[in-house]
Amino acid sequence: MNTQTGLKRTPLFETYKKSEAKVIDFGGWELPVQFSGILEEHEAVRKDAGLFDVSHMGEVLVEGKDAESYLNYLLTNDVTKVGINQAQYTAMCYPDGGTIDDLLVYKLAEEKYLLVINAANTEKDFEWMKKQASGDVTLQNISNDMAQLAIQGPKAERVLQRLTKTDLSQIGFFQFAQDVELDGTSDVLVSRTGYTGEDGFELYLAAEKAVSLWERLLQAGKEDGLKPCGLGARDTLRFEARLALYGQELSEEISPLEAGIGFAVKTNKENDFIGKDALSKQKENGLKRKIVGIEVTGRGIPRHGYKVFSADGEEVGFVTSGTHSPSLKKSLGLALVSTEYSKADTLLKVEIRNKPVDAVVVKTPFYKKG
Amino acid sequence: MTNKTANLLYSKEHEWVLSLEENRVRIGISEYAQKQLGDIVFVENPEVDDEITANESMGTIESVKAVSDIFSPVSGVVVRVNEELEDSPALINEQPYEEGWLVEVELSDPGELESLLNEDEYKAFINEGEE
Repeated sequence: MNTQTGLKRTPLFETYKKSEAKVIDFGGWELPVQFSGILEEHEAVRKDAGLFDVSHMGEVLVEGKDAESYLNYLLTNDVTKVGINQAQYTAMCYPDGGTIDDLLVYKLAEEKYLLVINAANTEKDFEWMKKQASGDVTLQNISNDMAQLAIQGPKAERVLQRLTKTDLSQIGFFQFAQDVELDGTSDVLVSRTGYTGEDGFELYLAAEKAVSLWERLLQAGKEDGLKPCGLGARDTLRFEARLALYGQELSEEISPLEAGIGFAVKTNKENDFIGKDALSKQKENGLKRKIVGIEVTGRGIPRHGYKVFSADGEEVGFVTSGTHSPSLKKSLGLALVSTEYSKADTLLKVEIRNKPVDAVVVKTPFYKKG
Repeated sequence: MTNKTANLLYSKEHEWVLSLEENRVRIGISEYAQKQLGDIVFVENPEVDDEITANESMGTIESVKAVSDIFSPVSGVVVRVNEELEDSPALINEQPYEEGWLVEVELSDPGELESLLNEDEYKAFINEGEE
C-alpha cells in the first residue's frame, strides 16, 4: 500500500507509471484505466492481442479432505464436476439468494482449490468463507503474494507460445496447466480463461516475478500488435461479451439468476448449498426481473444507475452497465428490468439527464468472437 | 501549445474562448481537457438560441468511461453549434482548437472575458494541478 494515497498497488505499479498510463482509484486500488487509449486498446484485443495487469484480483487457497464438500456448500455451481486442471465459473450467495461475489474455482489437485475473487470483495469474501468453514478445511488468503496477468485476443496464444515449450493448444477453454515455465519465469499457472469475449489466457504467478514477465510478454508480442491495456478496455470488452461485473450486474441485491448467470447455479445438485432455497424458489416462481441488453436508439449513452421506463412511462428498472460500444459503434447497455419488459424488441425509455430517450431490448451478447 | 492558441482565453474548467467579430466568441475544450477525458464518444451541445450562463453547465461530453459537464466560460446566446460533432465527436480529441470547437456565442456581458486566463496563466494553472 502507498502510505500517501492510502491506495493499494500491484507489483506492476512502477512499471506502468513509467509509461503514459493514466492511473485511477479503482475500489481502493491505484490502477491504470488506460495506456494508449481505451478505443485503441479495445481494438487491439479484438484484432490482435492485449496484455492486462489484473493482480488486484483476490486469491484464496482452499485445502483439506473436506475442501470439495465445503466448496459445494459455499458455491452455487457443482464443484464435483470440476476435474484437476479445470476451472469453473461460479457464484457465492447469501441464504436470500443475493450475490456475495462471482468467482473462478481452479482445481489444483484432489483436496486443493484456488478461488479467484473480485478485488473489492476480497476481505468480505474471505470473512464469509471462514465463517462457513467446517471439518478438515484450511483457507489461506494469498492475494498479496500473487500476481495475475491476462493476455487476451486472437493472437494471444501465438504470442504466449513463443515463451514456452508447453503446448498451449492442448489447454482447452476453462482448462489450465500448472508449473509452466515462460521464458525463465517458473511456476506459472496458465489458464485459458478471460474477461474479454476473446480467446486468451490468464497467468497466475508469484508477485515478485510479475514485472519481468510483463516486460517479456510485451516484447514478444510487439510484432503481433500486443498492447498493454487498462481497466477501461477491460470493461468495454467484458461488457460487449455480456460478462457480468460485480457491483453492476451482480450485487447483494441481485441474484445470479436475475443477472443471467443461471448456468452457474445448479439448484438440482445433490448437496445443499447456501442460497439454494431462495434460488430454487426464484426458478419455480419465475423471475420477477432480469438483466437484458438494450440499445439506445435516441441520442445518448445509458450509464450505470440511469432509470428505465416502459413506453407508457412506468418505471420498470435501471441500467447496470452502459457505454458507447467500441466494436459495434452503438450506444448499448445492460439493464435490470421487470420480466414483462425483457423480451427482445420491447420498446423502452432510458432517462438520460432528466430526458426520456428511446431504447429497445436487444439480444446479448452484443459481441461474439468471429 | 502552438501559435494558433496564443489568442485564446481559458477558464479553470478547461474551456477555451476565441474572440471572433464584435461580441461573438467561439468555445471549445483545451488540449489538456481532451487528454484527461480520453476517447470522446458523445457530445450534447446546447441548441442555437439557448441562453447560457458563465460557470454553469451548457452541455455534456462523454468519453468511453465518463460523463463530464461542459461549463460555459461566458454568458450569452448560442448562435452556432458545431454539428459535425454529432457524428464525429472524436474531432475534439483530434483537433480541440480547430474542427473540434463546440459552439459560438453572442456575449451578453463581454466584461466576463477579463476574468478568464491567458495562455501563460492557464499553463501555470495546469502545472499547479499536476504537482
